[in-house]
Amino acid sequence: MDFGLTEEQAMIVETTRAFVENELYPHEAEVERTGHLRMDLIKELQAKAIEAGLYAANLPEEVGGAGLDTLTWLLYEKELGRANYALHWTCVARPSNILLAGNDEQREKYLYPCIRGEKWDCLAMTEPGAGSDLRGMKASAREDGDDFILNGTKHFISHADLADFTIVFMATGEEQTPRGPKKKITAFFVDKGTKGFTVREGYRNVSHRGYTNAVLEFDDCRVNRRQVLGEVHKGFDVANDWLGATRLQVASTCLGRAERALAHAVSYAAEREQFGQKIGKFQGISFKLADMAMELKAAELLTREAGWKYDQGTVTEADMSMAKLKATEVLAFIADEAIQIHGGMGLMDELPLERIWRDARVERIWEGTSEIQRHIISREMLRAHGA
Amino acid sequence: MPPMKVLVPVKRVIDYNVKVRVKADGSGVDLANVKMSMNPFDEIAVEEAIRLKEKGAVEEIVVVSIGVKQAQETLRTALAMGADRAILIEAASDVHTDIEPLAVAKLLKAVVDAEQPGLVLCGKQAIDNDMNATGQMLAALLGWSQATFISELSIDGDSATVTREVDGGLQTIKVKMPAIVTVDLRLNEPRYASLPNIMKAKKKPLEEKTAADYGVDVTPRLTVVKTAEPEGRKAGIKVGSVDELIAKLKDEAGVI
Ligand SMILES: Cc1cc2nc3c(=O)[nH]c(=O)nc-3n(C[C@H](O)[C@H](O)[C@H](O)COP(=O)(O)OP(=O)(O)OC[C@H]3O[C@@H](n4cnc5c(N)ncnc54)[C@H](O)[C@@H]3O)c2cc1C
Repeated sequence: MDFGLTEEQAMIVETTRAFVENELYPHEAEVERTGHLRMDLIKELQAKAIEAGLYAANLPEEVGGAGLDTLTWLLYEKELGRANYALHWTCVARPSNILLAGNDEQREKYLYPCIRGEKWDCLAMTEPGAGSDLRGMKASAREDGDDFILNGTKHFISHADLADFTIVFMATGEEQTPRGPKKKITAFFVDKGTKGFTVREGYRNVSHRGYTNAVLEFDDCRVNRRQVLGEVHKGFDVANDWLGATRLQVASTCLGRAERALAHAVSYAAEREQFGQKIGKFQGISFKLADMAMELKAAELLTREAGWKYDQGTVTEADMSMAKLKATEVLAFIADEAIQIHGGMGLMDELPLERIWRDARVERIWEGTSEIQRHIISREMLRAHGA
Repeated sequence: MPPMKVLVPVKRVIDYNVKVRVKADGSGVDLANVKMSMNPFDEIAVEEAIRLKEKGAVEEIVVVSIGVKQAQETLRTALAMGADRAILIEAASDVHTDIEPLAVAKLLKAVVDAEQPGLVLCGKQAIDNDMNATGQMLAALLGWSQATFISELSIDGDSATVTREVDGGLQTIKVKMPAIVTVDLRLNEPRYASLPNIMKAKKKPLEEKTAADYGVDVTPRLTVVKTAEPEGRKAGIKVGSVDELIAKLKDEAGVI
């Protein structure tokens, strides 16, 4: 068993971190303060990311990505995750892997422009009435000759304002199963500007300033059958085939920010003096540091192991859920303790801690809430006992 | 003149972000488990070599590192930036052993004799011991022209025009090729080793040699007597008036 990084992986980590620290950190304060990412800044940083080969590096080499294996990709995600989310997600975009499920025509129209940095994607599943229970979705599409007619509302859709198109999941019928009726779901590409498709401004939220979410309205929106991603009624199969590792991506980006917060905490504890000594000398502080380091390591090992198993083809749903659950909860713990170690200074926006703390909150909710992850983990255990 | 080969020596040094700690016995700086990187000036030299190659003035970039086996990582970084081929000369087994400039220069001379480059681009100094000597010594050993601390370089046939950063300004000189050029901070901004190039770096050749292969004795001639932390900065003071400030600058600081 080898827990070390290869020379290549170490270099990828180094390059990505250098990029994040030199190119993204300097713009964090602006994005945090204005809650907005300027298009000229996006273009400037995007060009640099493309030159460094960091843009769309999640995708295979044959389509213009970096061809990283899952484990290496997660190491790269961790480094990107250190920075303000809007900055790294937009300027060093990782177009959704689900675009790989497209046919040649769809690849030309959506995948390649996303890799070249000419288009952005967004993925729309959640509805006001359907969050964790996605199959309960109300938005639907009905066939009409060669077309489908889409109706319904999606909300919380990340960066839909910036996106040039969405991949939207719609109910396209119902089938009877031994466990009752089950909705059939189909995924569609819908371009911005398609008649009957509007993107409305979403909510302001506590996490990830500058990273917007939007409401998508479909009102008799007509799209051609050619816009179906994968097969009709097989939308969730496409999602399961291509989106599995996004939980690990969330875990990795959390590890990056947790490590950043911990580094601040350690150096502050080693420098700040009260009662005539460094506060790190007080057991009340030093024990916090020990727990933070240990929890971070545990989360990192879970994430790396799941990534490694993903590459071996042996990963389970529970493996990925455990990594996501642990990393997101550890980030919340570390962010909170890092602030405690800084006292009042930890709350000031001079330091990245207050926002790492705010940003941590959404991580336990999106990509499956902590409760849903626990459900997935325990479901596998209980199933083995026939429950 | 046909495109030439350029040799770039690169040194593995303590990363410039690391807070340096002196070893308990004062024999040097603690390098156990600290982050090591390519000497930043050498990175600038590698970048310049790559730019010359992109302009068509250089055909092949050979990087060489002298030191411990782990210097291989530094060479891989140079290959990932865009160098073509690497030579590792293992000359020490303990990361704390610093090979002295004269020994390094002798080894580099042997490499130059074997490789016949038209240009050697070095960092002006390594940030670990700030010797600022290797390039100059190599030029002397080879009998080549040298241009140090450069912030601009242009090669025209059998000569090169360089701008040097000297005390009080910039000096432009012309040197005959082949030459040893040592680079300063403002020459360029090194690129990131791109992800695709990192993946390709593994396939580029890395030759492993030892100091003995070149018949060079690397035994140290210098003895480190003592290593000490710089004194911490003292707290400042507040002065009440301009007169008091001037008096203090005159009498206590002795600067005016
Ligand atoms: C900032 C942001 C961006 C987002 N971006 C996108 C996007 O781009 N695309 C997209 O499709 N979606 C997106 N989402 C939606 C996100 O995936 C959902 O918020 C998430 O799936 C949870 O759904 P919900 O908010 O409706 O909560 P609900 O599902 O209503 O959950 C409410 C509570 O009930 C609990 N609960 C629900 N079911 C169970 C159960 N079976 N057992 C135990 N507890 C349960 C939950 O854990 C939670 O605590 C985004 C959300 C946010 C906040």
